[in-house]
Amino acid sequence: MFDLLRLMFAFIIMPGFLFTAVVGLLATWVDRKVTARVQYRQGPPWFQPFADLAKLLGKETIVPEGAAKAVFLGAPLIGLAGATLVSTIIWMVNFSHGVTFIGDLIVVLYLLTLPSLAIIFGGSASRNPLSAIGASREMKLILAYELPFILAVFTVVLRTGSIMFGNILGYQLANGMMIQSCSGLIAFLVALIVVQAKLGVVPFDIPEAEQEIAAGALLEYSGPALAVYKLSRAMMYFILPVLLITLFMGGIDLSFWGGIAWFIIKYVIILTLIILIKNTNPRLRTDQAVRFFWGPVTALAAIGFILAMVGW
Amino acid sequence: MRKETLIPIGPYHPLLEEPEFFKFYVEGEKIVDAEVRIGYNHRGIEKLAESKTYDQDPFLVERICGICSTSHPFAFVRAAEDVAGIQIPERAEYIRTIIGDLERIHSHLLWVGLAGHFIGYNTVFMWAWKYREPVLDIFEAISGNRNHYGMFKVGGVRRDIKDSDIPALLKAIDEVEKFCSMLTKAVMDDPVIQARLKGIGILKKQDAIDLSVVGPVARASGVAIDVRKDHPYAAYDRIDWNIIVTESGDIFDKAAVRLLETLESVKIIRQCLKQMPKGPIDADIREVGVGEGIGQHEAPRGEVFHYIRANGTNFPERHKIRAPSFMNVPSFKKTVIGESIADAALITAAVDPCYCCTERMAVVEPGTEKVLLTGEELVKLSQQKTEGLKKR
Repeated sequence: MFDLLRLMFAFIIMPGFLFTAVVGLLATWVDRKVTARVQYRQGPPWFQPFADLAKLLGKETIVPEGAAKAVFLGAPLIGLAGATLVSTIIWMVNFSHGVTFIGDLIVVLYLLTLPSLAIIFGGSASRNPLSAIGASREMKLILAYELPFILAVFTVVLRTGSIMFGNILGYQLANGMMIQSCSGLIAFLVALIVVQAKLGVVPFDIPEAEQEIAAGALLEYSGPALAVYKLSRAMMYFILPVLLITLFMGGIDLSFWGGIAWFIIKYVIILTLIILIKNTNPRLRTDQAVRFFWGPVTALAAIGFILAMVGW
Repeated sequence: MRKETLIPIGPYHPLLEEPEFFKFYVEGEKIVDAEVRIGYNHRGIEKLAESKTYDQDPFLVERICGICSTSHPFAFVRAAEDVAGIQIPERAEYIRTIIGDLERIHSHLLWVGLAGHFIGYNTVFMWAWKYREPVLDIFEAISGNRNHYGMFKVGGVRRDIKDSDIPALLKAIDEVEKFCSMLTKAVMDDPVIQARLKGIGILKKQDAIDLSVVGPVARASGVAIDVRKDHPYAAYDRIDWNIIVTESGDIFDKAAVRLLETLESVKIIRQCLKQMPKGPIDADIREVGVGEGIGQHEAPRGEVFHYIRANGTNFPERHKIRAPSFMNVPSFKKTVIGESIADAALITAAVDPCYCCTERMAVVEPGTEKVLLTGEELVKLSQQKTEGLKKR
């Protein structure tokens, strides 16, 4: 009984849903503020993402006529559940390297596609032609970026010889961070580009390109359903950098103040890189994005993989 | 039944600043057919102009367009002066040139910003608009207004540029030039922008000639037309400047033409400020007289054309306006078919269309499906009207 309560606590409050949501929303605020300053604008106050969320939760949910209601309303929850689970698994391992199980890395890789799948389901179910285009674009984008992402992750697996987060963290504790090696650095760069696409920000905000297809898959969403989408997007702002830190930057040690500061520095570096890429690029076309991921990015990931095989 | 999906863009859409309606028929993401419907913005300006005096009309036509607000008064006063057959003072010519080309700079910068927005590059959007601010400040210094300058009147201009202000204005122009050349470099050297803009929405030279497109759209396709060079007016023939022409006609070239034109405009304004002779600024016309007159002006978007028929009273009997977008919008059909939805937004924006400038009439028949008149019907209506005018 006590174990069950502890698991519930881990999933719902810390480090699962609530913690990730709050930090994720703050991260989106950092993104909005920095973007605004880069563009000579003032930017919102820190609580703006929370205010937006509260406002959306208070609005009416409209289901378009003829839409598949269950899928339309269920899809955002699937995405949110996926994001929460990933966050719980990664954080629990970082708290204690022993809380790991065989193949948890693989499970996380699968769960990370859930938010994207949710967008595809929701977009297809909403019976709007623009949403359908958004869903099909998201599908193409997943096909494009999963290959280099898995190659990059398996570079780490190859070097550490394990598909368990606990062992990957243990290996880095003993042998230094992954990005200190040549192959690790290449894999990190590849993963960073893929994270950009997984977050759906410029230059890969193709599925919701508001100027082309008016928010695409999210076009028909309103009220709480939209809020859930926004929330899982915000949570990904926190989870994906943490995943990168776990895989490539030696994980997180929260047992002392220096460890917390070190984690915040690592997180801010990754967030800054994401925001920088976002603000210095136009959106790519779908075909260009697929060509980019299957061409240079996959080639780079393959080079990293081969270097890892050689032992660099 | 058509196999393609219909993607409606408009009449209200986040892409569009004005109500207009594009129907794109797509297969997958590829556009196989396109229809453009305009006519949501009719304001009856021509008719209104016939009920106002020649002194009031420049203010009215200035409000046709919020962006290139000087191009319509420029063409209107030239049409009225054509009827009256008078020459305006030289200093007024120079001041008109300065206003006309300052407007070109701010209009082109505004377009570059919008184009950046359409390809999802919001940093370019914000930067271009920030660099547009000093231009508006210069306008405020000269005319007292950031937009809708109210500078033009039949026979001259309403406000003089003080000689004591000229050094400050020259300095401001230097700033603008710095920004423009920086932005030009940043946009034209960006590899991702090039990947996004090069080779799409191509308007071939022959198509450009056949469709009679005007302004930067024509010049990007290699057609070197510019009213300022072809039929020199104001001070444009007394100043050293070049027409910017590029060959390929794709979106990148359209952007390049506009960006490089801002630098030419800076050149024009600087020479005007330096060479401006002293003297009166107004010919003080009392009567426009009887007859017909035309006025042209190279607006930022291309040639603006105004026609006036005067009957000796203080009001124009007929006033006809042709805005440049009217010539440029039909080029969509040539440029957009075969491209993807992702580029459609940008291609339609690339001619810098201004619909409220363009729209001269809208006919709605209640109870039937026919909302707008066809081309043939419009021609017929126009012929009937001409017949009626002849009889009078």
